[in-house]
Amino acid sequence: MSQTKVAPKEVGKPAKNFDVGSWLVPVIAVLVAMSLAAILMRLQGSNPLTAYKSLFTTAFGSAAGIGATLGKSTPLVLSGLAVAVGLRAGLFNIGAQGQLLSGALAAAWAGVTFEGLPGYIHIPIALIVGAFFGSIVAGISGFLKAYRGVHEVITTIMLNSIVMGIADYLASHQLREPDQFLTRTSEIQASAKMPVYAHLPLGFFIAVALAGAIWWILGRTTSGFRIETVGRNRHAAWYAGISVKRTVISAMLISGAIAGLGGAVETLGITYRYAPAFNLGLGFDGITIALLGRVHPLGIIPGAILIGGMRAGAANMQFDSGVAPELVDLLMALILLLVTAPLITRFFKNSSNKSMTSGWGS
Amino acid sequence: MKLLSKRNGYFLFAILATAFFYSKDGDITTSVYATGAAFALPLALAAMVGIMCERTGIVNIGIEGTMLLSAFVAFFVSSLTQNIIIGLICAVFTGSMMGLILAVMAVSWRMDQIIAGTILNILATGLTSFLYVQGKTIPSVFQAIEVPVLSKIPFFGPVLFIHGALTFIGIAIILALYVAIYHTSWGLRSRAVGEHPSSADTAGVSVARLRYINVTIAGGIGALAGAYLSLELVGSFERGFTAGKGFTALALMIFGRWNPLGALAAALFFGLAQAYANQLMIDQVVNIPTQFTAILPYVMTIVVLTISAGKVRPPAAEGQPYEKGQA
Repeated sequence: MSQTKVAPKEVGKPAKNFDVGSWLVPVIAVLVAMSLAAILMRLQGSNPLTAYKSLFTTAFGSAAGIGATLGKSTPLVLSGLAVAVGLRAGLFNIGAQGQLLSGALAAAWAGVTFEGLPGYIHIPIALIVGAFFGSIVAGISGFLKAYRGVHEVITTIMLNSIVMGIADYLASHQLREPDQFLTRTSEIQASAKMPVYAHLPLGFFIAVALAGAIWWILGRTTSGFRIETVGRNRHAAWYAGISVKRTVISAMLISGAIAGLGGAVETLGITYRYAPAFNLGLGFDGITIALLGRVHPLGIIPGAILIGGMRAGAANMQFDSGVAPELVDLLMALILLLVTAPLITRFFKNSSNKSMTSGWGS
Repeated sequence: MKLLSKRNGYFLFAILATAFFYSKDGDITTSVYATGAAFALPLALAAMVGIMCERTGIVNIGIEGTMLLSAFVAFFVSSLTQNIIIGLICAVFTGSMMGLILAVMAVSWRMDQIIAGTILNILATGLTSFLYVQGKTIPSVFQAIEVPVLSKIPFFGPVLFIHGALTFIGIAIILALYVAIYHTSWGLRSRAVGEHPSSADTAGVSVARLRYINVTIAGGIGALAGAYLSLELVGSFERGFTAGKGFTALALMIFGRWNPLGALAAALFFGLAQAYANQLMIDQVVNIPTQFTAILPYVMTIVVLTISAGKVRPPAAEGQPYEKGQA
């Protein structure tokens, strides 16, 4: 994380986010959330210490555990990154979930259908197909926002449910595994499975590299500057001659592509097929992770690893202490509540005193 | 009032269509309309939450979470105490607290209101899925009450006057809210705060106080919508129980132009569409996969918003925190 300190050219506040004080807020939020959850566990009659010990030794205690943690973290880094890119453009993309699902299903389709390709061609193709479909789903919201003024929060939420319905339908009809009762696709070809190097999943490195690339694009390129400017003040951006409509749509396309890639990586690296029960909640976790990471492309990585570790250790924790794995959902919600309260006031308070996401129109 | 207005046209169309269906098959039409009304009520009530908040300038997208957590509390407290009235009271209290939290975030902390609402939604999802226990039951749901005399009217009786207690409370709240918004000083003040808070402030209305009060009461109404689902319409609770109804309600609020009766009409249309889709499936007239009927409300919401966007005008100060002394 040493390079994160050198971001002098970055517009506005993000560069300042990496002083000690601002890092304290997420850390304290995580600790307080864990204490609150411990009280709830106590009330349910479980021992929180056993639960947390089991959770973290499973997640970080062994090489295999760390591998599983990084595997779980990969889609979280990507969905967090997707939400962060949207927020940078002043768009609240709650639809990472739907975009991720469509990416996961599309990658499964590409992984099953294309035959006889070598891995170094098959895997990139399947990843691109996943990113493409994720980007289309997000693009609908971007287009409606830019040209019809429909608020992206509503359309992305609606599209989450729509995508889930359609994916469910396709997985139980056209794309269903032949001669199988379960609603799921066939297993992808061996050539589409992403390799694991000594417990370390390839997908994680792709995700981290992409986070670095996005950080560079937002901070150092003209397109990144456009996105940041539109996010900070739409009217000023328009006045400066930036096409707000085009920027909004392209930000949504990028955001959706990243989320779709998250789903594709999950399919090709972890699940090897698509089933409706997979991928649940990954996109929503992205919101918490993006805000926990202070909407910084690199800041989301530690948050994603923390949450990924909890997800990886949850099953074992239930075995050891009887605490339901949904504890992680509760922790995420508490963390989100605690981390946003002081953060958002600072991050989104722009000079015009107007809230960025006001109203349903404009 | 113009006799040939667009609105009257819609009314006439609705009446003619109903009469046509009724003449073809009275019993089925009546039952479809009664089901439609039952589907519409939680949506209409949730839309009232949105109207109450937005008329004072607070965007509340946490309705979904408010409904979910209240439905949860209503069900599990009823199950624990074996008394649905206690469950209902606890649910309304929970909903009001959710409203209060939103008010603290939006008014006092001046947070982005969309994010504040999303926090409520994620919090409700997290709490309900962690605390959810399988296999609990409640003693009974709110049983249907037949209003004397009125329920005997053909068609209108079964559709409007045979429902559980929560339905009647809900309808009363919707009508009361309509009167209150347009014909009381509270309503005038609320609208003023939502349109131009600094003018209202100059005239001596406490912007922050009114926003706090309205958002908190609205939370209680949202709780009623949630409790209606778990204690009257369905009688159970599952994870993700509210299934996007809180968001659909926001679209209905916009479609109804922030007017309680408009939102009620939109909710009825929506509820009826769903009831008809169900009936068509039962009759095997059309074979739509269940996944497609399930996504119908969401598709319709997007279509409605796409059509109506730009043609409707939300309260002017919506979504903006107010600071004393600002222009």
